[in-house]
Amino acid sequence: MVRVVLPQHLRTLARVSGEVTLDVTGLVTIDSMLDALETRYPMLRGTIRDHMRRRRRPFIRFFACEQDLSHEPPDTPLPEAVMTGAEPLLIVGAMAGG
Amino acid sequence: MNSVRLLVGTRKGAFILTSDGKRKQWTVDGPHFGGWELYHLKGSPVDPDRIYASQTSSWFGQVIQRSDDGGKTWNPPGTKPEDLMGADGMPKGESNMFLYDVSEKTGKPLTTHQHYDGSQRPWEFKRVWHLEPSLTDPDTVYAGVEDAAIFKSIDGGTTWTELAGLRSAKGQLWQPGAGGMCLHTILLDENSPDRIFVAISAAGTFRSDDAGQTWKPITKGLLSQYGLPDPDAEVGHCVHCITMHPSRPNVLFMQKHWDVLRSDNGGESWQEISGNLPSDFGFPIAVHAHEPNTVYVVPIKSDSEHYPPEGKLRVYRSKVGGNEWEALTKGLPQQDCYVNILRDAMAVDQLDPCGIYFGTTGGQVYGSADGGDNWAPIVRDLPAVLSVEAQTL
Repeated sequence: MVRVVLPQHLRTLARVSGEVTLDVTGLVTIDSMLDALETRYPMLRGTIRDHMRRRRRPFIRFFACEQDLSHEPPDTPLPEAVMTGAEPLLIVGAMAGG
Repeated sequence: MNSVRLLVGTRKGAFILTSDGKRKQWTVDGPHFGGWELYHLKGSPVDPDRIYASQTSSWFGQVIQRSDDGGKTWNPPGTKPEDLMGADGMPKGESNMFLYDVSEKTGKPLTTHQHYDGSQRPWEFKRVWHLEPSLTDPDTVYAGVEDAAIFKSIDGGTTWTELAGLRSAKGQLWQPGAGGMCLHTILLDENSPDRIFVAISAAGTFRSDDAGQTWKPITKGLLSQYGLPDPDAEVGHCVHCITMHPSRPNVLFMQKHWDVLRSDNGGESWQEISGNLPSDFGFPIAVHAHEPNTVYVVPIKSDSEHYPPEGKLRVYRSKVGGNEWEALTKGLPQQDCYVNILRDAMAVDQLDPCGIYFGTTGGQVYGSADGGDNWAPIVRDLPAVLSVEAQTL
């Protein structure tokens, strides 16, 4: 069981409150967590990764264990603490004005 | 007594304004989708409680929302719990997926447009500017998007397919204007179900007579001497808005970047009707619900000074189809007003006398219940208004 914290607007869209917990099969990476997240909450498709290239949208950031993982290749294994559920993956709307 | 529902899209959410037929007292409901840009909301003419909304964000991209109860509750189409799984067991949720058609048969030969530097760039989806529900089927709706293209859904907004023939209308020559290369206007003709008009900023206006399969530019008579040196250029004209009265679908009115124009032959040719307007720059243009020759514009000082001339907010009305315009000022600020009125932010209701409404970038929504003779603010302090649509219930 892994944990994900969504930004407020995506929690509203997905109609969840607090953290989301997911079962991820195989290696726990950014992509595999997002695959599991989008399967559970289809309305989030296209909001974190674009539909065409399935890449992180420019103003989305991924944080975990006090590290910015936004620029890591999306198939990079996540830290052990995220894999075990001790720490969540934070999906963050970047501070970009507006 | 009939009532009116205004669907107002703003930079930070949607608002629904309702009134009885007198249109004196209004209730304000919202914000819906607070914090998101609501470019446009529009209800189905055959089922007014079905409303489509374009919800967009620089952070989270595009979302399509749909209400089936007049705006009380909303869902992205295809994501209600009972809709989550398709027949093959795979989850749905494709209502925000606008993928350009790149099939050999349709879109692939023309997947680039001109960029500012003259290079060719591939089409890249950014947002939905305008939603136009079908005149006959509540499940069918068209979307005008940036980068400019038209999409169609026949399943209530759950999935979208590009009508890629539009990009064959010299799409390789289109290039974005300062506001983006957006398809912002879609007109459907109840007399000719296969006829569709669209308008695109900095590209022009186009017509299809085969339900969107093929398109042609309809820009003869448009002059853009400061933007296009070729007086016969078919594309590249910055059309801001077009409109028509349903009883006279061959008569079109246009607010161009500069110039107000009219066509009496379905867009085959255009004549300028700016006449005595204090400025012929502007964004929206609307037609009276019951007087097909009565037209409304809101002059803006210039393309770099996006506010009313002299700081006076004036709607101009022509009762003779153009050229002769009168200023409508009663109830509108006549000093120190420097707001803009965007292209989708003016609408008319169907009551008699006809109501007319517009929203400003300063967050005011003004209404007139007598065809423009007298105005009053309905609400003053919304976020910047992007769009206003009127439903007569």
